[in-house]
Amino acid sequence: MADTVIDTKKPGLMVGWLDLGAMLKECVITALLSAVLFLPFIALHADTGGSGGLVIETRWDSWAWFVLAAFVGRALLVVWRENPSSRTRDMLAKTVVTPVGGFFRKNMVAIGLVALVLAVLFPISPFGNRYSVDVATTWMIYIMLGWGLNIVVGLAGLLDLGYVAFYAVGAYSYALLSQTFGWSFWVCLPLAGVFAAFFGVILGFPVLRLRGDYLAIVTLGFGEIIRVILLNWYNVTNGPDGISGIERPTLFGLEFGRNAAEGGTTFHDFFGLEYSTMYRVVFLFYLILALAVLTNLFTQRIRKLPVGRAWEALREDEIACRSLGMNPTNIKLSAFALGAMFGGFAGSFFATRQGFISPESFTFIESAVILAIVVLGGMGSQIGVVIAAFFLIVLPEMAREFEQYRMLVFGAAMVAVMVWRPRGLLSYRDPTILFSKITGRKSTGREHQA
Amino acid sequence: MSTEPILRISGVHTYYGKIEALKGIDVEVNEGEIVTLIGSNGAGKTTLLMTVCGDPQAQEGQILFEGKDITKVPTDQIVRMGIAQSPEGRRIFSRMSVYENLQMGALVTDPKYFNEDLAKVYKLFPRLEERRDQRGGTLSGGEQQMLAIGRALMSRPRLLLLDEPSLGIAPLVVRQIFQAIKEVNEKEGMTIFLVEQNAFHALKLAHRAYVLVNGKVAMSGTGQELLSNPEIRAAYLEGGH
Repeated sequence: MADTVIDTKKPGLMVGWLDLGAMLKECVITALLSAVLFLPFIALHADTGGSGGLVIETRWDSWAWFVLAAFVGRALLVVWRENPSSRTRDMLAKTVVTPVGGFFRKNMVAIGLVALVLAVLFPISPFGNRYSVDVATTWMIYIMLGWGLNIVVGLAGLLDLGYVAFYAVGAYSYALLSQTFGWSFWVCLPLAGVFAAFFGVILGFPVLRLRGDYLAIVTLGFGEIIRVILLNWYNVTNGPDGISGIERPTLFGLEFGRNAAEGGTTFHDFFGLEYSTMYRVVFLFYLILALAVLTNLFTQRIRKLPVGRAWEALREDEIACRSLGMNPTNIKLSAFALGAMFGGFAGSFFATRQGFISPESFTFIESAVILAIVVLGGMGSQIGVVIAAFFLIVLPEMAREFEQYRMLVFGAAMVAVMVWRPRGLLSYRDPTILFSKITGRKSTGREHQA
Repeated sequence: MSTEPILRISGVHTYYGKIEALKGIDVEVNEGEIVTLIGSNGAGKTTLLMTVCGDPQAQEGQILFEGKDITKVPTDQIVRMGIAQSPEGRRIFSRMSVYENLQMGALVTDPKYFNEDLAKVYKLFPRLEERRDQRGGTLSGGEQQMLAIGRALMSRPRLLLLDEPSLGIAPLVVRQIFQAIKEVNEKEGMTIFLVEQNAFHALKLAHRAYVLVNGKVAMSGTGQELLSNPEIRAAYLEGGH
């Protein structure tokens, strides 16, 4: 029934189910209409001139942006409308979780690649100013933390309220190693991961028998213990004063400061560029992007390996796992350790980016935000984490002017998500292997229920 | 039958805290047999099966599998030794696809057997092949039971423990499943230890049977003997099956 609509039209330039010609026509009409409409509203702007009279100034650039936005918006609308999986009328027949899940599900790889390309291009695009790249870097940190926690919570089903502890361990490991031994970021990064994984195992042992709420409480306590230790172990961690002057990362030995340390070379000298603080910001962005992509690839891959499968099986049913010869102890510990390891990586990145860390950065609210990202995104969903991190990190950042209402909006958004999408924004789990392509509604409709 | 039984349970006591659930059980299962354990609710049937798997472990007594003492061996090791279990209530992985569920069953074996074993399971339960992409949780009760048995078979066991495969399943499907159990036993020579409330079907199928009452073996014999025993008829078979 979905195809009949397309078939009645004269087929133009077809790309899959999309009629490019028809789409272009719609978009152009929309753009023209908006060009006319926005002419008085946007392009012409009345202002009080110097002599007190009204002066009309033209703002063609803003006007052009609005028209472009209308054009692109219309294009997106057409794609969404024409997509056989998200036809408006079919949506009514589907369950609540299907429409968005269905669209994302079928285009998962494409969306992921487009997002990656956009992320790579972002710093060199016109939008890539210092502020926006900084915000994007923060976003990436939380995406990475979300993906790391997703291993523990989303895949293995172990509710961890103290994830920030591993973030802290990673950050302090790097800061202390680098300051004590003078090791570079690239040497300390894997070590910080190892330390965090070690702490993951330490947390894992006492909580092996616990599940659900009991586990959550113990992990919550663990997170606090780490923070309190950092606060009070003054000789080592410098207590509440924190550690400052943490070494910045280098690109194959090239530094990003104005002047190189003795015997070093700076990035801008090496490439014969003018000095700019922007280089470091962009470099840090690419660094966290690479780390996050690594986390994602690792998770995608391990889901298909026995250990990843065992995590998911453990989430489903521990008794069944044991009756199939799996050892829950090892499975849980490996999930804690690997999840913690990525938290540790993110932590060392955080330390090197800030140049300063103190226990204040690792409070419970951080754990809560990371967990909220995973839960809102839909447990186990990788793209869901990206979207949820946008809502929880980037939006509040952009809405700084409404500071007073931020938490209110934040809370309301959480409630709204839980009302309309109780299992998270993208709440489905794809089998790691499929024999029939997911195209028909028949199989997907069934999969999304229950 | 001079050979040692594949499974020998002798004098086993199992406790839940202070409550003694099994009060000295002696059961033997010989290679190639279907042995069934019947009894009413709370008699200790499931407990006995779980004790064989080491969860909970027996406090007293001894369990020998192929002559080796497995009384204190951890559950996951026992499975690797060649005992597979289809647990009570099926316990399939509901968010995983049928195929993935079967993969989980094969985790303990050499991957080179996977395709061969998978083909066997599909042949035994063609329904599972039709539904291989479907989520486990969306299968019907009977299909879930087939999946649970298929998953257990994927670990290439030499002894298969089945806990109430007829639980909550339509009578017609129960017959299908029992037919499949018989097939596995006859064609593959699989030894099966079956716990059932559905005494009529179980006794018809089994070579030998034990009746469990309050944590003790009250009676044993061949399936046919027990089927015609008036006491058994009165206690477990009257009033429909």
